[in-house]
This record gives sequence, structure tokens and C-alpha cells, in this order.
Amino acid sequence: MSNPDPKNLVPAEQEVVVEQEAGPWRDAWKNFRKNKIALVGSVIVFFFIFLAIFGTWIAPEGINDQKLTERLKAPSSQYWFGTDDFGRDIFSRVILGARISLGVGFFSVIGSVVVGSALGIIAGYYGKWVDTIISRIFDIMLAFPSILLAIAVVSVLGPSLVNALIAIAIINIPNFGRLIRSKVLTVKQEEYITSARAIGMKDFRILLSHILPNSLAPVIVAGTLAIASAIIEAAALGFLGLGAQAPAPEWGKMLADARNYLRNAPWTMIFPGVAIMLTVLGFNLMGDGLRDALDPKMKT
Amino acid sequence: MVNYIGRRLLQLIPVLLGMTFVVFMIIRAIPGDPAQVILGQLASKEAVEALRAKLGLDNPWYIQYFEYLGGLFQGNLGESLRTAQPVAEEVWPYLAATFELAFFAILIAVIIGVNAGIISAWFQNSWFDYTAMVLALVGVSMPIFWLGLMEQWIFAIELGWLPTSGREDVRNPISAQTGFYILDTILQGRFDQLGTVLKHLILPGIALATIPMAIIARMTRSSMLEVMRSDYIRTARAKGQKMFWVVYKHALKNAVIPVLTVIGLQMGLLLGGAILTETIFSWPGIGRYVYEAIQFRDYPVIQSGILIIAFIFVMINLIVDILYGLIDPRIKYD
Repeated sequence: MSNPDPKNLVPAEQEVVVEQEAGPWRDAWKNFRKNKIALVGSVIVFFFIFLAIFGTWIAPEGINDQKLTERLKAPSSQYWFGTDDFGRDIFSRVILGARISLGVGFFSVIGSVVVGSALGIIAGYYGKWVDTIISRIFDIMLAFPSILLAIAVVSVLGPSLVNALIAIAIINIPNFGRLIRSKVLTVKQEEYITSARAIGMKDFRILLSHILPNSLAPVIVAGTLAIASAIIEAAALGFLGLGAQAPAPEWGKMLADARNYLRNAPWTMIFPGVAIMLTVLGFNLMGDGLRDALDPKMKT
Repeated sequence: MVNYIGRRLLQLIPVLLGMTFVVFMIIRAIPGDPAQVILGQLASKEAVEALRAKLGLDNPWYIQYFEYLGGLFQGNLGESLRTAQPVAEEVWPYLAATFELAFFAILIAVIIGVNAGIISAWFQNSWFDYTAMVLALVGVSMPIFWLGLMEQWIFAIELGWLPTSGREDVRNPISAQTGFYILDTILQGRFDQLGTVLKHLILPGIALATIPMAIIARMTRSSMLEVMRSDYIRTARAKGQKMFWVVYKHALKNAVIPVLTVIGLQMGLLLGGAILTETIFSWPGIGRYVYEAIQFRDYPVIQSGILIIAFIFVMINLIVDILYGLIDPRIKYD
């Protein structure tokens, strides 16, 4: 007789406990895996991350390899996406542009999350006049359409990629600040926070070890979606001449340069645009999937 | 309700003051001497001094701010460095152009977005539903400036159906009365020009409408799906009422509140999108006014343009908030 399966020896109640111990993150991962659209989004995102990291090895040519005899060539087996007005290979420039767009997206959102979270936590936890001042600052920032505020910041700092990144980080601060603030206000009322305070735990430790981890899920969701909008905003600033400067292969800047060649060389405009759209779509799909998985109450 | 409106207006005061401060700081925060930056490194010392005096940069910042604020209360939005005209005087035609474009865009977005959302919810999981929602997802992810360029290439250059840019036929200019060309051509009985104006509106209107349309369609669908599951809808259907009336009369009425929130938000965001659309289509609106000012480092125009757009944005949000209560009496304001 074979030994009985040890699983069968565990009473049903204990099994449930084991299941619960797996934690919300594992549940979220399970839900996320089931969501096919979100998986497609993740594949797109990881594809562009791959291009951003390894693009220099994949791209057949450099960002500024000019061949004036090859100007405005249509897509062919030699130049898959054609060439631009300087005879540069658009395929290579689109691949190399992934690093710029994703870089701006990631780093600007990290900046907004760090500053926004810090302000949101301070406002939510300390309340009173601190909260009033911080919340009013958020209100004022949100009173501007985001791209306009970004333009205002760049017009002060001067047009460049780094300044565009700073501008995009600044405009997203109030979104994360408000999110964290509302989360802190809810968590603050929980009994375990009262207990932590009762046993003499310091404010800073309560914030770090209890409130912050509890606010992580909505920040991940909002962060992923914010990367999508940050990529579009960076491209928009590039398009307006306020972001990356020549010869950087920034997708928005490539579109701005392509405007003069719509009639004769529309491929100069098509491919950078497709790249922006696909990346943003990827982050949006992944963000929607993460929201459904991590915060089922917000499911649309 | 009156209390609520009063309180909202009071809350608006610090926000508006904050906005003016942010805008005021645009020139003052420029690293180095702003007058030198505006005029460039080759400018003479006298010219820089003169500009400093003109912009009032010699006084302490708080005095400058109160002077700026005082000016705003008197309707003084500064003077353009490029045209030497008061901004308050030259801004109106640009604003009218933007309003016309934004209104046209929101009209397209609401008509198509709401109906697409309704039909998607009505025929949930049908091919229409899937197609509409995939298009909506793509629409949300579409950079407005790329869409504009694609439209120009396909519909203006390749097919030649519509004009590439501008607001009117330059060979047959419109004599502006109100600044709203649709209205002007109707008032003057120039229906030939009305057609031209509408043709010029279509491409930028669609470009500007795409993102709001996609968001409105998604919101309408999810809101309708929720309402369609409620008991009173089942009752209406059980009574034998035609599905069309159940959907458009009973369900839509209750599904419309969250949709209105989105429409309100989108109207404000259209103003941000206008700067890109207007740049692509050479639409002489406030967005292009600000864009050109950036090219010429015309800071008074940049400041006032941004302030005007933000002010309209805030006002639209306020009006939308107040409208909820009027549309849905169930919403209580504490």
C-alpha cells in the first residue's frame, strides 16, 4: 500500500489558511496571468524595454549616420523604414529612440512617485495646516492642463530632454500625492496603526513599515499608466521643439522633422508615430490589467 | 445648492491666486537675467535695461507680484514683445478660434463616443463591441500630433478631400464679426463660405476629438452595462417595451452622470490638446498663439496665454461640478 498523499491529511480549514498565506500579491499575479489583453500589453512593453536596453547592438546604423546620397529613400530591403532628409536609417533611429522615450517615461514617473509620495504621506499623516498647504499646492498644479504646465516649466528651464523629463515629473506629482494622501488617511484609521502608536512606535517607522507598503498597489497601477502618459507628453514636448534636440532620435522630434516631408516621404512620419502608439498602448493595457488584478474594486 | 456654489467659489480664490503666482514666476524663475535671456546674448546693455524696466523686473519680487495682480484685476494681461500690442486686445480672435474648434471636437466626441458606448453595451460581446473597444483603446493611446499628421497625409494630400491647414480659404477671406466663423458666415448669409469653414474644421476637429471620444465610449459602455443589469430595466423589458426605448430612455438617463463627469473633464483637457492640434493644422487659436510666443521668447504672451487657458479649464470644471446637481437631484452637496 502506498503512503497516503500528505495533502489529504491536512484538514480543510488549514488548507484555506495555507491558501490565504500565499498573499494578495500571488492572487494578483494569478488574476493578471488570466487577463490575455494585459499579457499582450506586457509583451509589447517588454519588447520595447528590450529595444531600449539592447538597441545599440540591434540597430544596423548609428543615430546620426548621414548619407546624403540616400536622402528620403522609401522603405526597402536595405532600409526597412526608409531614410530621412539627412539619409539616416529610420529603422535604426526608431529602435534607438526607444531608450529615450522609455527612459523619460520611467525616470519622470519615479521622480513623481518619490516626491508625490513624500508630500502625500506628510499631508495625510500629519493633517491640519500641513495638509491644507500641500493639498492647495496640488489643487493649483492640477488647475493647469498638464501639457501646458509642462510647457510653462520648460519655457523657464529651457528646451532640452532633461528639462522635459523634469517638467513631466513635476506635472505628475499631484496625482501621486493625492493618491497616497487618500490611502494614508484610510490606513491611518486602522486599528493596527493605533496599536503601533500605543506601543510607542515612532511616526517615521509607522510610515515606513505600515503605511507605505499598504499604499504600494495603487501606486504601481497609477505608475504604469503614468508612464504611458509621460511618454506621450515627452513626445509632445519633443514635437513642439521643447524636448530632445537634434540629432537625438526622440520619436516626437522625428515627427516634427517629418512634417516638411509629408507629401514626398510619408514614411518619415509613419514609423516614429507607430512606435509611440504601440509603446503607450502596451503600458495602457498592462496598467489596466494591473488595476484589475491588484485592485478589483476599481475594475471597469 | 446655493451654499455649495458659494463655497466652491470661495475655494476657487486660493487656486486662482496660486495660478497667477505660478504664471508670474515663469519669467522670474528663468535662470540668470530674464531680460538678457529674452533678448539673447548679443543684445546691447541699453536694450536689456529697457526691457528690465518694461517688465518691471527691477523691483523686489513681492512688489512685482502685487503690481502684476493689480494689473490683472484691471484686465491688463501685459504687452506682447513681438507685436507691441496689449495681449488682452489681440487674444480674442485666437480664443474664438479655439472655442469653435473645441466645441466642434467635443460635439463629435460626444455624438460618436456616447452612441458607440451604448451600442457596445447593448450588444455586449458582439463584433461591434469588440471592434469599438479595441478602437477606443487604440484611440486613447494615439498621440494627437501623429493622428493629425496621418489625417493630413491621407485626407488632404493623398485624397485631396479636405484642406491641409488653416481656418478659411485665404482667397475668399471671411469678414469676422464674432470671431466664430460658423456663426459669422450664417449671420452674413454666406453659405458658400460656411461649407469652406466646416471643411477646415473636420480634420483638426477629429484629431482633437479622438482621445475624448475613446474615453467617453469606454465610460458610457461600462456605465450602461451597470445600469442595464438593474431591476427597473428588467421590469421595463418585461412590460414589453421596445429595447430601443429601454436603452435610450430608461438606461441612458441613469448611466449619463458618470459620462457627464468624463465629458466635463475632457472639455478642459481639449484646451491642452488644442496647442498640439493647432500647431499641426496652423489653426490660429490660443494654443498656436502660445506656441508662436515660445518660438519668439515672448514671455508676456506665454504667461497670459497659459493663464487664460488654465482659467477656462478651472471654470469648466466648476460648471461641470455644479451641473451634476441640476441633472441628478439625488446628488447632495454637504
